[in-house]
Amino acid sequence: MALSTKHLLGIKNLTPNDIELIFQTADNFKEVLKRPIKKVPTLRDTTIVNLFYENSTRTRISFELAEKRLGADTINFATSSSSVSKGETLIDTAQNILAMKVDMVVLRHSASGAPHFLSNHINAAIINAGDGTNEHPTQALLDAYSIREKHKSLKGKKVAIIGDIMHSRVALSNIYCLKKMGAEVTVVGPPTLIPKHIESLGVQVTYNLKEALDWCDVANILRIQLERQNMPLFSSLREYALFYGVNKSLLDSLKKEITIMHPGPINRGVELSSDAADSHHSLILQQVENGVAIRMAVLYLLSGKQEV
Amino acid sequence: MKTILDPHKFNVVIERLSHQLIENHGDFSNTVLIGIQPRGIHLSDRVVAYLRTLVKTKLQYGKLDITFYRDDFNTGGAIHMPNQTEINFSIEDKKVVLIDDVLFTGRTIRSALDALLDFGRPQKVELLTLIDRRFSRQLPIQPDYVGLVIDSINTQKVKVYWKEKDGKDEVVMINGD
Repeated sequence: MALSTKHLLGIKNLTPNDIELIFQTADNFKEVLKRPIKKVPTLRDTTIVNLFYENSTRTRISFELAEKRLGADTINFATSSSSVSKGETLIDTAQNILAMKVDMVVLRHSASGAPHFLSNHINAAIINAGDGTNEHPTQALLDAYSIREKHKSLKGKKVAIIGDIMHSRVALSNIYCLKKMGAEVTVVGPPTLIPKHIESLGVQVTYNLKEALDWCDVANILRIQLERQNMPLFSSLREYALFYGVNKSLLDSLKKEITIMHPGPINRGVELSSDAADSHHSLILQQVENGVAIRMAVLYLLSGKQEV
Repeated sequence: MKTILDPHKFNVVIERLSHQLIENHGDFSNTVLIGIQPRGIHLSDRVVAYLRTLVKTKLQYGKLDITFYRDDFNTGGAIHMPNQTEINFSIEDKKVVLIDDVLFTGRTIRSALDALLDFGRPQKVELLTLIDRRFSRQLPIQPDYVGLVIDSINTQKVKVYWKEKDGKDEVVMINGD
């Protein structure tokens, strides 16, 4: 058994078998993370660079922890303190780092397709840690893994993805991942934040939050990506919160208990209120916990494919 | 192909190994048993089931997967798929009996010792194995309890069949080319 791909560029080019393999491997790493010594020596001869061209808290720490717990050597790279500010290109930066014998690259970039582009030019395995508004595969994997853990299976589960579908890479990766694993998906948000023709991905669309919450088993609430919106797409955050914000009283008004998720960082009081985020409905901290196991699984499964 | 342990003798050997364990560990109050995934589990399941008919105290029994501790990880072969590890008790200051089906190069046991130490510091570790291929060792590792010692060369293969999985209990040696 092995993954069908050398890089993890997106969920789009994974097969359902690949995703299931990552989940099963993550189960094993979750057990490792419960041991008194939470570290295995598996990747002790592997060096991994975390190339982050965009800010990140969770994803970077999660990848770094995953790498360290697999015994790998890690290098962190942030654009602000590097020669990128002197005008060095992505390929030059990557090739110079790889010349120092680095085996794997974890790349976050504000341009969609940056990891795909880089994969055509370098030999090391590349893991996409978020590219522009395209994909964020490890986030989708840990979201789906957390749902699978809580609800036993993904098949037939109803998942609502709420918020800035247009600018969110988490939304696209989640749609691919959930559909491949047999879940039903509805996207919810103001019409200006839902891309045209998104139905072609096999999802339903609604503009009514209450209707979507009544339908779903799991609500994945996304952050409004203000940094990627270059024109006003809704009148104010206050209005957005009024129509699309999820809060405790809304959750209590539903006929059934639903699970709520958020990839972080939360804008408390905008898309999600504090009383809902910290309630028993929330799976948010389990998502973060599972993120390390999922990333260990991805690193482990891709590490064997390098051409020496 | 030569049968080296037939179904009848197979059970006799497992019962003998179990009795040897009782001889050294008494009521198992300070001893834990750990089978090595994937194939040592068939043997450890069998030994533990038999011990439970003889020993009154509750046996502490776990399973250990060594995939993440292998020494041939980055040698270019296919990725090894991990199995479940299940050790729901402390091994701190306990006597640990590791159980595996065939002792060959000793590399699996080396990995198992490394993996085991990540769970705590045992007082003592012993090794129980059904088959000991004594002339094939690549590391200084020897078993404490042996079902059967066999002399074989590297090109020969030893295969253990289990009733639960293969429909019969048998150990055979297959000649290589």
